[in-house]
Amino acid sequence: MLVEKFLEESARRFPEKIALITERERFTYRQIEDRANALAQAMVAAGVSRGDRVVIVLPNSVEAVVAIFATLKADAVFVVLHATIKSDKLAYVLNNCRATGIVIDSAKAETDQRWLSETPYLRSVFIRGAAAADDEAVRKSGKHLYSLDNLQDADACAAPPPRRCIDIDLAALIYTSGSTGRPKGVMMTHLNIVSAATSITTYLENRSDDVVIDVLPLSFDYGLYQLLMMFKVGGTLVLLNSFAYPHPVLQRIAEEGVTGFPIVPTISATLLQMNLSRYTFPKLRYLTNTAAALPIDHIRKLRALFPQVKIYSMYGLTECKRVSYLPPDQIDVRPGSVGRGMPNEEVYIVDPEGNRVGPSAVGELVIRGANVMKGYWELPEETDSCLRAGPLPGEKVLHSGDLFYADQDGYLYFVGRRDDIIKTRGEKVSPREIEDAIYSLDSIAEAAVIGIPDPILGSAIKALIVPKQGASVTVQDILRQCAGKLEDFMVPKFVEFRPSLPKTESGKINKRAIAEACSEAASGKSQDFPGRVM
Amino acid sequence: MHTVEIGSELRDFVVTNFLFGKGDDLSDDESLLDNGVIDSTGVLELVSYLQERYDIHIEDDEIVPANLDSIHNLVDFVGRKSVNLG
Repeated sequence: MLVEKFLEESARRFPEKIALITERERFTYRQIEDRANALAQAMVAAGVSRGDRVVIVLPNSVEAVVAIFATLKADAVFVVLHATIKSDKLAYVLNNCRATGIVIDSAKAETDQRWLSETPYLRSVFIRGAAAADDEAVRKSGKHLYSLDNLQDADACAAPPPRRCIDIDLAALIYTSGSTGRPKGVMMTHLNIVSAATSITTYLENRSDDVVIDVLPLSFDYGLYQLLMMFKVGGTLVLLNSFAYPHPVLQRIAEEGVTGFPIVPTISATLLQMNLSRYTFPKLRYLTNTAAALPIDHIRKLRALFPQVKIYSMYGLTECKRVSYLPPDQIDVRPGSVGRGMPNEEVYIVDPEGNRVGPSAVGELVIRGANVMKGYWELPEETDSCLRAGPLPGEKVLHSGDLFYADQDGYLYFVGRRDDIIKTRGEKVSPREIEDAIYSLDSIAEAAVIGIPDPILGSAIKALIVPKQGASVTVQDILRQCAGKLEDFMVPKFVEFRPSLPKTESGKINKRAIAEACSEAASGKSQDFPGRVM
Repeated sequence: MHTVEIGSELRDFVVTNFLFGKGDDLSDDESLLDNGVIDSTGVLELVSYLQERYDIHIEDDEIVPANLDSIHNLVDFVGRKSVNLG
């Protein structure tokens, strides 16, 4: 099965049903299908062909939804990036995956034009809300321009282009932080995505009368799958741009009869600070949490606030979408666990030699299933280090790099990372990428970035900095530099200046020693400057 | 306090805390959320600041974009809240 069939089948079964509710508008399955067909035709006419990558840089919106399905209908591979991605990184990703098309908002297009001039492979620009100035800039660059405004007239049912993809072709690249400091594209086939979506909708017991509210960006796989899963079962997705203003979101949950609310720990922390007695959630059936584990205290409080609601504690990796979920009847029994493998997936823990270990022994978690990615885009070495031979000839299983142990009943407990990747807010962050951003300031002699334990974020990012002799540099300089080059979640929460940093015998900065010293300091008095809380 | 002073104070707060001092491009009507100036935690920081600095109490249902999502909206909101108190 191909991923775009989720939309096509639901449009056939429920053409007049509301598929998507955005901030101000509602769309039926037929409307989304017609617009996706029209955009797919426009993409094909512009030269997008089988296997091409199309980058989508839009906030959560009907256009983003249409662009994802249109890309698939054009036999191409969608790459959704966060709407606030910085110009350097956008140009990097466009060139890294040699995207031939981009779907972008005119406001973004106006401020960030490096992606136009430094991307030789990019041929077509599909622009939302184009202004004359952008038209001019795109035309000057020699690239083909198409305005998404044309889709308004697409309700007259264009047919989709003929399809040639099969389910082992790529459907998406999902970019994630790499240990080298550059983002890497996780290759997901149609089969990978359909398998993951099938497993998840099975354990969540999703049905066509479900209404899920999605406040997470579509560039985040957890946000993206809410769309894919609702369209798969013919449900309704309420797609908003963030939970920054909780009141209107909570009102929408009541008004739209929302049945499913996917959250992350920062949303849970906000919910627990509010007086929720004025809201009613009569139809709410489940809450899901992933990204970072919910603190046990939060789980208990959420259970008390939403006694009739099932709470699913889950754990995932972009490389296989989801790893495990804790059945809701276990949440009071083992609140610290992230559960067991999904339906149609096997997970197990191995020692450094690759042997399976028994209960209570800590080892690396391995995932086996049709949801496991095909590898990292054009990074054979990194791919080989995490996709290794499985039990069957030619099969690959995913070595997660995450350390776990299992209890007597096989329920999993997260222990930590095997490498120095920081998991903050559920995003994997390469310390190297942040250090590179800091080193691009002239006044820096040494920089080390580490993760320190945080009950909500999983880990909080801390930068330790040695300025060059005689140089003057402030915390604001560091944060501004990071904010200009990195996504929000990568900007350090803490910045500390030091006269020197401890070294290993080979002269490298000794991060382990720094992390241990920081943990000790955290339990006593801390001299950290609290930067920006993410 | 004069509206102009409130405006300049609020701009300083936003620029210092969320743009790390680099706020030349930020217009008074620009959406802080859509433009990635603040995120959900930023909104909470902003609310705490307004409550402390202007000695006002902000209800959950007042934490909405119409009150907080641009320098302009913030100035109007603080103005209204202060008048109500006075």
